[in-house]
Amino acid sequence: MSISRADIEKVAVLARIKVDDEQVSALEKDLGNILDLVDQLSAADTDLVEPMAHPLDAVQRLRPDVVTETDQRAAFQAIAPATEDGLYLVPRVIE
Amino acid sequence: MHNKSVAELSRELESGKISSVELAQQFLDRLKLEDGKYNSFITISEEQAMVEAKAADDMRAAGKATAWTGIPFAHKDIFCTNGVRTTCGSKMLENFVPPYDATVTEKFKQAGAVCLGKTNMDEFAMGSSTESSYFGATTNPWGASSAVNRVPGGSSGGSAAAVAARLVPAATGTDTGGSIRQPAALCGITGLKPTYGRVSRYGMIAFASSLDQGGAMTRTAEDAALMLNVMAGFDPKDSTCIDREVPDYTATLNEPLKGLKIGLPKEYFSEQLSPAMEQQVRSAVREYEKLGATVKEVSLPNAKLAIAAYYVIAPAEASANLSRFDGVRYGYRCEDPKDLMDMYTRTRAEGFGNEVKRRILVGSYALSAGYFDAYYLKAQKVRRLIQQDFITAFKEVDVLMSPVSPSPAFVQGEKNTDPVSMYLEDVFTIAINLAGIPAMSVPAGFVDGLPVGLQIIGDYFSEARLLNAAHQFQQVTDWHQREPQ
Amino acid sequence: MQWDIVIGLEIHVQLATKTKIFSGSSTAFGAEPNTQANAIDLAMPGTLPVPNEQAFRYAVMFGLATNAEIGRRSMFERKNYFYPDLPKGYQTTQLAQPIVGPGHVDIDLADGSTKRVRIHHAHLEEDAGKSLHEDYHGMTGIDLNRAGTPLIEVVTEPDMSTAEEAVVFAKKLHSLVTSLGICDGDMSQGSMRFDVNISLKPKGSDTLGTRTETKNLNSFRFMEQAIAHEVERQMDILEDGGTITQETRLYNGDRDESRSMRSKEEANDYRYFPCPDLLPVDIDDAFIEDARARLPELPDARKARFKEQYGLNDYDAGVLSGDARLAAFFEETLAHGKDAKLAANWIQGEFSARLNAEEKSVAESPISGAQLGALVTRIADNTVSSAGAKKVFEALWSGDNDNVDAIIDANGLKQVSDTGALEAMVEEVLAGMPDQVTQYQNEEDPKKRKKMLGGFMGPLMKASKGQGNPKLFNEILVRKLGG
Repeated sequence: MSISRADIEKVAVLARIKVDDEQVSALEKDLGNILDLVDQLSAADTDLVEPMAHPLDAVQRLRPDVVTETDQRAAFQAIAPATEDGLYLVPRVIE
Repeated sequence: MHNKSVAELSRELESGKISSVELAQQFLDRLKLEDGKYNSFITISEEQAMVEAKAADDMRAAGKATAWTGIPFAHKDIFCTNGVRTTCGSKMLENFVPPYDATVTEKFKQAGAVCLGKTNMDEFAMGSSTESSYFGATTNPWGASSAVNRVPGGSSGGSAAAVAARLVPAATGTDTGGSIRQPAALCGITGLKPTYGRVSRYGMIAFASSLDQGGAMTRTAEDAALMLNVMAGFDPKDSTCIDREVPDYTATLNEPLKGLKIGLPKEYFSEQLSPAMEQQVRSAVREYEKLGATVKEVSLPNAKLAIAAYYVIAPAEASANLSRFDGVRYGYRCEDPKDLMDMYTRTRAEGFGNEVKRRILVGSYALSAGYFDAYYLKAQKVRRLIQQDFITAFKEVDVLMSPVSPSPAFVQGEKNTDPVSMYLEDVFTIAINLAGIPAMSVPAGFVDGLPVGLQIIGDYFSEARLLNAAHQFQQVTDWHQREPQ
Repeated sequence: MQWDIVIGLEIHVQLATKTKIFSGSSTAFGAEPNTQANAIDLAMPGTLPVPNEQAFRYAVMFGLATNAEIGRRSMFERKNYFYPDLPKGYQTTQLAQPIVGPGHVDIDLADGSTKRVRIHHAHLEEDAGKSLHEDYHGMTGIDLNRAGTPLIEVVTEPDMSTAEEAVVFAKKLHSLVTSLGICDGDMSQGSMRFDVNISLKPKGSDTLGTRTETKNLNSFRFMEQAIAHEVERQMDILEDGGTITQETRLYNGDRDESRSMRSKEEANDYRYFPCPDLLPVDIDDAFIEDARARLPELPDARKARFKEQYGLNDYDAGVLSGDARLAAFFEETLAHGKDAKLAANWIQGEFSARLNAEEKSVAESPISGAQLGALVTRIADNTVSSAGAKKVFEALWSGDNDNVDAIIDANGLKQVSDTGALEAMVEEVLAGMPDQVTQYQNEEDPKKRKKMLGGFMGPLMKASKGQGNPKLFNEILVRKLGG
């Protein structure tokens, strides 16, 4: 199955990855080949098969509601690209 | 010392012939001298290693030494190490120094092991050659000449090359579709991917959460058992980690193999495998017969769909797992973003390499409106079929044996241009991750002077049996002791 | 044309757990920015979620209180979108198998009728952080303390057809979650946030119109205004022959205007898929029975009890039972002052007025129920007049003095109820006002006589230095003046 340039551009926006025209052309070929590989799936008869999200048939443990974390803002913000007054800074968000 | 196994080094340290500090210094000196040839390390953490070595000597003096106290080793650069840069092979995390440890990291620290540094890998563990690392490709110690360099496999190629080149006796790896077993095979070492949920994933940077599993890369099966003794176990910080008793994996290494039922999946001895490779694998199986095992052919009818299912599920999970790399809280941020969208799209375009971007895009596409059922849901159903094949096979046999990779180490650059040709490297390993069962790669001969691996696949939580089978094989063969020149 | 209005609500309820839904960070409100955001909340590489048991317990309690099916197996999905206050780049939420299935809530309308509002489902999810739009050199500041706070999102069926119904339902839900103790109900701090889905259809038509969603309404008043505003906007468009665009709108309560949130609309494809870091959550009978045993008295039962036990009328019982903290305050008051009607009047009158004026919640009241109860006792036993009681209330409120009897003594607010002394005062005053006495006695109209009686009260209160019991003065006057 092939993937169109428009599809690639749309998915790139969803994934927040900038792509230029040349890259779209390369991706058209590469993603097309990958999707061809993946299309083998359509041959499988899976009518009565339950989807499998996890290898193990286990159920979720729940954690007691107890505070276990302390303030480590200084350590975390030491590795941040931009902070001020304890806040992470990003280019202006327009709602 | 550099040729000794973990078990041997442990005895040396125990006897007092050498201190942890002396041992660490010897290994560090050799590592700094030799790794220029392989580029198997991204970061050598000499300062922290010497602190750990000193602490290991203190631990021993206090009578609290474990088998790992003072043992030098390395972590794949996917495990977070408090205070030591953790890059995942990516520009995105070029300067990322986590203020926390992965659970696996913590366990080795508690055991008193001495981490010499962080090994090279395909970016975000996406690859089978360790060529996609932002920090340059790793070279396989085998088959290198002035004319060509060969890949060590991947994604844990740095760990495999470092262990093969005797830079460290052991290193951690992670395996999502073959990333421990295939480089172990290509570098002639022993690799173990445990059952999904056996080893905590906390602090191990996620590629595909339902497939990723940390494991051992060593020269011997005995060392792999020692390593799993440290790594395995329940972790309340990982919801997918299983609360199940951890045996002493070294305790059963010497069990006789008489009566072991081996299955050979006919789909794994197909035209994809070169005759020379097949010959090596079959002769390894004959060694098992000599040890008293019986062999029969079995079938995994859906195995051929494993790559297709994997290349939906893994990229889909990765596409979400890698969304956190957005330039807001840590890691790379592009220069002078003109607005929020520009910050996101350039940060991610510049911070990720091509293979990572391809997989994020494929995964996003497979999950997007209108395609979810045809791709993601379908792949999950096929995943169930693949799992059922293994469950059925293990009703008849104790272990499965197969090749690890279709061919030995290939030349750098050979499969770079076509992603799909690279994906096919994992044709024999990927189904195991989809099912979540354990498997090993054990050195089993050479083709054209390049190592060949034997894959031993077991039922859920059968690591002890796999290690036993591998260890017994290594008592009667010496492939695992061959040293690259 | 006549139109039917169709309203459905989505309500985000912040759960009052001590820690976040997937990490052991505190959820306490008001901490310094990012001091309650740990490695997991910040989506540091390699970190993993482990769900909070209490969040599930609270969700199950909500389900039981709304007559809902409990999801015996629930799952988490990832909802993918990029936003700076969403650290992982996806929100962990429930889509296919939520913890609370279909249920319903009955609401009492002003006309005395009852209406059933069906709940489609309620699911658990994590809250996002906050974007602070003050200017940081042209940048936005991100505080992730709130990121990972547990929410239940309650989704109703489109069963409401007026703003009144929507507001009554919203208030009922507020009353429910605060009574359950699963949410602090503090709307000004975002503990409950309402999204309103509105569409119009020609009267009697079976086909639903295109709906809009107005987001993040954080007061009942704004909700009522926003609905009125949106209904009018849609009606104008439809009557001009236009069509409604399905979109998310933001309502500005201060200006009574709304606008489209285009940024939210842009290529919305959330690419939901099951979260591979989390396993299915199975809820067994024991968990449900434990949650059931924790259910406190719910508003409907409490209202019935207030009527029965304290003889309150339907209105008073409704107001006092609706808010869990107000109900508790009322009952604490009654523990110290037995007159239920008097206590009800004071709480709904003076007390509520002061809270509203100072924008305080019941919890923030400077007066305790015990103090108000003591005051009610002193009013009931005639120690203070109602005018005096207001002075006592002021003193309590300002915190000058916390003891009712001490305030009465210190300010000379004690009424004189000694009949002998009061009679002497009445005789003396009447003796000094012979003309007025004659006028009164010649007046036939009882209404006018009653009014003239007031003319004697001023001088009487003056003679008693304000301490005479007005009720007793009145009785003595009527008797002395002859009927």
